[in-house]
Amino acid sequence: MTIEIILQAVASGLMMGLIYALIAAGLSLIFGLMDIVNFAHGEHLMLSMFSSFWLWSLFDLDPIFSIPITILLMALCGVATHYFLIKHILKAKMLVQICATFGLSIFIRSFAQFLWTPDFQNIKEPLLEGRIEISGIFIGQPQFYASIVCLVSFFLLYLFVTRTETGLALQATAQDRKAAEILGIPSDRMFALGWAIGLSCVAVAGGMMSNYFFIFPDVGLNFALFAFVAVALGGFGSIIGCLYAGIIIGLTESLGGLLIDPSYKLLYVFAIYLLVVIYRPQGLFGRY
Amino acid sequence: MNIKLEIAKQEPLWNTNKNIVRFIFFIVIFLFLLPYFNTNSFYLHLMITIFMYAAMSQSWNVVAGMSGQISLGHGAFFGLGAYSSTFLYMEYGVTPWVGIIVGIFLSSIVAILIGLSVLRLSGHYFAIATLLIGISFQVFFQRWDLVGAASGLWVPLTETDSWYAIQFHTSKIPYYYIFLIFFILTFFLTWLLDRSKVGFRFRAVRDDPQAAASLGISVSKYKIIAYAISAMIMAPMGSLFAQYILIIDPDRVFSFDISIFVLLLTVLGGVGNVWGPLIGTIILIPITEYSRIWFGGTGGAIDLMIYGVILMLICVFRPEGLISMLPSKFLEREKKR
Repeated sequence: MTIEIILQAVASGLMMGLIYALIAAGLSLIFGLMDIVNFAHGEHLMLSMFSSFWLWSLFDLDPIFSIPITILLMALCGVATHYFLIKHILKAKMLVQICATFGLSIFIRSFAQFLWTPDFQNIKEPLLEGRIEISGIFIGQPQFYASIVCLVSFFLLYLFVTRTETGLALQATAQDRKAAEILGIPSDRMFALGWAIGLSCVAVAGGMMSNYFFIFPDVGLNFALFAFVAVALGGFGSIIGCLYAGIIIGLTESLGGLLIDPSYKLLYVFAIYLLVVIYRPQGLFGRY
Repeated sequence: MNIKLEIAKQEPLWNTNKNIVRFIFFIVIFLFLLPYFNTNSFYLHLMITIFMYAAMSQSWNVVAGMSGQISLGHGAFFGLGAYSSTFLYMEYGVTPWVGIIVGIFLSSIVAILIGLSVLRLSGHYFAIATLLIGISFQVFFQRWDLVGAASGLWVPLTETDSWYAIQFHTSKIPYYYIFLIFFILTFFLTWLLDRSKVGFRFRAVRDDPQAAASLGISVSKYKIIAYAISAMIMAPMGSLFAQYILIIDPDRVFSFDISIFVLLLTVLGGVGNVWGPLIGTIILIPITEYSRIWFGGTGGAIDLMIYGVILMLICVFRPEGLISMLPSKFLEREKKR
C-alpha cells in the first residue's frame, strides 16, 4: 500500500463526497423547511439521470448542455409533488407523511422500471471523457467536473438561502411557519419553492453523474441512503453541515473500502449514522 | 386512561361486539374445513400467503400502530427467523420446530439490542435508522460464508413427508394448517395484547410520550418491549416461509420489499387497529397473486406501481386506513345494558 493509492482513494472520496453533499443539501432543505423527509429523494435523482439520458439519446444533447433542461424538469416535478401530494399531508401524522413519500418512491421506481426496463444504460461518448494525471494520481475528468459543478452549485444555493430576500423568507418559514405567514410570507408558495430548489440540486447532481454512472431504475437507492446519513450527520436543517457531512461520507466510503474491506462499504457509512444519532443527535452543525 | 383500563379489565374477553365474535367464529370454522372442500393447490397457496402476510403485517402493526415507531427494516427479523431454523436443521439436524423457537429468541434479542441503541431516536430518525439496519443485515448475510453468502441455503429434502422436518412434498394441506394456526395465534395474542395493560401503555407512549412519562410509564422500556414483541411475531413467519419454499437467500428473506410490503398492507387496512392488517392483506394479496398470473414474470413493476399509487391515495384521502370506512358500530364494543 503506497502513499499514492491512499491519495487516490482520498481524491475519489472527495469527489464523490461533493456529489453526496449536493444531494443531501436538497434533502436537508426540504426536511428543514417543512419537517418532511423525502423518501423519494433517490428516485428523483434517478429521474434526473434518466432525463439526461433521454435528452442525449433522443436529441443528441450532451449531458452538460442538457443540465438546464433537467433542472427545469425536476423543479416542475418538485412543484407538482408539492401541490399534488405534500400539500395534503402537511398536517397529517408523521406515519402518514413517511408512508406518502415512501409510496411516491415505490411508484416512481416501478414506473421507471415499467417504462424503461431495469436494464443498465449509459451515455456513450460524452464530451467529458478521459482522465487527468496530477503527480501520480489519476482523476477521471467527468468525476472531476461533476464535483466542481456540485461544489459551485452548493455555494450558489448557500448564497441564495442566506443572502437573498427569498432565501431569508425560506428560512423564516422553516423557523416558524405561522409567524412567517403573519409577516406576509405565503408558506404554501415557499414550500413549493423549497421542493423546486431541493429537486434542482438533485437535478444538477444527477445530470453531472449521468456522464459516467450507469443509469438504471434502482440507482438512486444508495445515494438516498447516504443523503439521509449526511443530513443526520450535518445536523437538522443545516445546509453548510451537509457539505462537511458529504465529504466525510465520501472519504469514509473510499478509505474504508481501501483499508478494511470494500464489500462492506455501505456498512461503514451506516455505522457513522448510528454513532452520530446516538452520541450527537443534533449532528455536527445542528442548531438544536 | 385508567377508567378505560378498568372497563377493559372487568369485561370478559369475548365481550367485543357479539356479532363480530360470532362472525369470527364461523370464519375460523370455515377456514379449518376449507381444505376438505377445495384442494386446488393454487387456492391453498393463496390462503397460505394471506395467512403469512397477515401475521407479518400484524407484527409491523404492533410496533408502528400501537407504540408509534415507524420501522422500515422489519425484513431483518423475517430473515433472522428463516436463517436460524434452516441453519440449525442443515448443520445439526435440529427440527425446525426448535429452530422456530430459537429464531424467536434470537430476533427478540436482536430487537432489544437495536432498541437499546436507537432508543433515543424518534420519528424520522428512528425510521431511517431501522431502514439502514435492515439493509445492513442484507449486506452482511450476503457476505457471510458460513450461511452460504449470496447463494443462500438449500434445505436438504427429506424422502417422504415429515412433520419432524416440516416438509410436505405431496400436498399443501399440512402447510395450510400450520400457517393457519400461527395466523390465528398471532391475531389472538395481539388482540389480547391490544386490550391488556401493556397495550394501553403502548398507546399512551404513542399518543403523548411526555404525558405517559409523567404518569410513571417508562417510555423507552415500552418502546423496546413493543419492538421485541413485534420481532417475535415476525421471526416464526420467516422460519415457516423457509420451510414452505425450502430455499432461502439474503435477497429474498432480508429483502427491503418485505419491509415495504408489511407497511403497505397495514397502512392500507388501518394502522393501530388489530383487524387493519387483515383487511389490507385480504384485499392486496389476491391482487398480487393474480397479477403474477396475468402479467407473468414482468408483473413485478406493474403491481408495485399500483401499490405506490394506493399508498399515496390512502395517505391523502384515508389516513386511518380502509377500516375507517366500516360503520363505527362495528368497531366499538357492545354497550352494556
